[in-house]
Amino acid sequence: MKLIIAIIQPHKLEDVLQELDKKEIYLKTVSNVIGCGRQKGQTQVYRGRKETGNLLKKVRLEIAVNENYVEPTISAIVKAAKTGGIGDGKIFILNLEECVRIRTGEKGSVAIG
Amino acid sequence: MINSGDTAWVLISTALVMMMTAPGLAFFYGGLVRRKNVLATMMQSFFVLCLISIQWILWGYSLSFGPDKGHFIGSLAWFGLKGVGMAPNPDYAATIPHLLFMVYQMMFAVITPGLITGAFAERMKFSTYVIFTLLWATLVYDPVCHWVWGAGGWLRNMGVLDFAGGIVVHLSSGISALICALMLGKRRGYGREPMPPHNLPLVVLGAALLWFGWFGFNAGSALAANGLAVSAFIATNTAASAAALTWMAIEWKLAGKPTILGGATGAVAGLATVTPAAGFVSPISAMIIGIAASLVCYTAVAVVKLKLAYDDSLDAFGVHGVGGTVGALMTGLLAQKIINPAGNNGLLFGNIGQFKVQLIGVAATIVYAIVATFVLLKVLDALMGLRVTDEDEVVGLDITQHEESAYTLLD
Repeated sequence: MKLIIAIIQPHKLEDVLQELDKKEIYLKTVSNVIGCGRQKGQTQVYRGRKETGNLLKKVRLEIAVNENYVEPTISAIVKAAKTGGIGDGKIFILNLEECVRIRTGEKGSVAIG
Repeated sequence: MINSGDTAWVLISTALVMMMTAPGLAFFYGGLVRRKNVLATMMQSFFVLCLISIQWILWGYSLSFGPDKGHFIGSLAWFGLKGVGMAPNPDYAATIPHLLFMVYQMMFAVITPGLITGAFAERMKFSTYVIFTLLWATLVYDPVCHWVWGAGGWLRNMGVLDFAGGIVVHLSSGISALICALMLGKRRGYGREPMPPHNLPLVVLGAALLWFGWFGFNAGSALAANGLAVSAFIATNTAASAAALTWMAIEWKLAGKPTILGGATGAVAGLATVTPAAGFVSPISAMIIGIAASLVCYTAVAVVKLKLAYDDSLDAFGVHGVGGTVGALMTGLLAQKIINPAGNNGLLFGNIGQFKVQLIGVAATIVYAIVATFVLLKVLDALMGLRVTDEDEVVGLDITQHEESAYTLLD
């Protein structure tokens, strides 16, 4: 079991969700986050004062999958989230020790899908 | 003779109509768009208030209400308000200063192009919007306003009844909005991605402010603190309530649940529809107008728009264009001389001629607004481009057009 965490551009979320649907990966958690990578911050002007924030709005996806779904998940995210510009984001893949379905108490691979 | 009661009421009405554009329309439309576009959308309403206030003083009022030229447009004799002073102008309002009539009408000229912004929300280039608004007000609003309300205007001479601007304001802007939606094309991802309103409380606030301001719009159009103003006030409130109830009832029946967005939309549709009729109809007629408004506008917004697949983003055409048309025609059916001796009887009260005149007024305005808006957009498209770039649209207009954003994630 792996936990896949992807940080992507907010406007790419719809494309990524559609691509994941195509690969039949339906279970995920999505949150608004801010962060910074190599992309420079956005400039905004308030009453004449320019402010460049270091932190940018991003969207974080968390998807827990069994081994055979790891590659399809990664390729779906990369395909849909890539613009080729700086700031497209990153994907982190972590080993997942355990997973429990709260409703039934099931554990492990059965509980994940 | 200046009457102080009349003057006080029209002063207040002027401020009420100002409130319809910003904050009313700004909140109503601002809440309906996605969060990345809320400021840009509110900016369009705010900006039009400032821009047309100046245009109106310089040449707009003169073109609309100035000395008649060929029954089509006012002359520039009143450029910069030359000769428009404290003395009343009996052609328009015999008991209030001419200047007050001018500034009251200014607020109508302001909100009309503001209504159109609902059609091209979330994709119009701001610089083009500025030029479009200035030219549209001058080339479409001012002439149509002169036809219907200006002394010597050909529709006024013919006897077209438009109490507070069903034709002049809602029909002219609504039909132009449809042309804008068609010529700008759909928003990226329209029909493929969900585009839910980002803040419904703002929408409800905006709709309620519109309703509140509409008392100035319709009851103020009596241009006096008298029984006619009271009658128009009641017609306005009655139609808005009946329309909101009807819209929610349709939703309850067809979709299972009544929604606050449906109620707000229905109220605005009812208000737009009763506008031309407000000073000519009885409370019961206003109720019928409100019910008809929601039946027809709901069909336009929920059925026709989807079938024809144009992206009238915030339903400027579906509510104002369709509502204005229905209202102008229903005025031809339900108007009564008992309510307003200066008006006329409609078809249902034995005067077929009035309905024909209303039809001519509606048809002429539709044709003129379509042609003028089409040509104007073609020229602006060639000179400056109508839409923001695809990338700017994806990032959002707040950042790309104005370098600011409405909501932060932390703090």
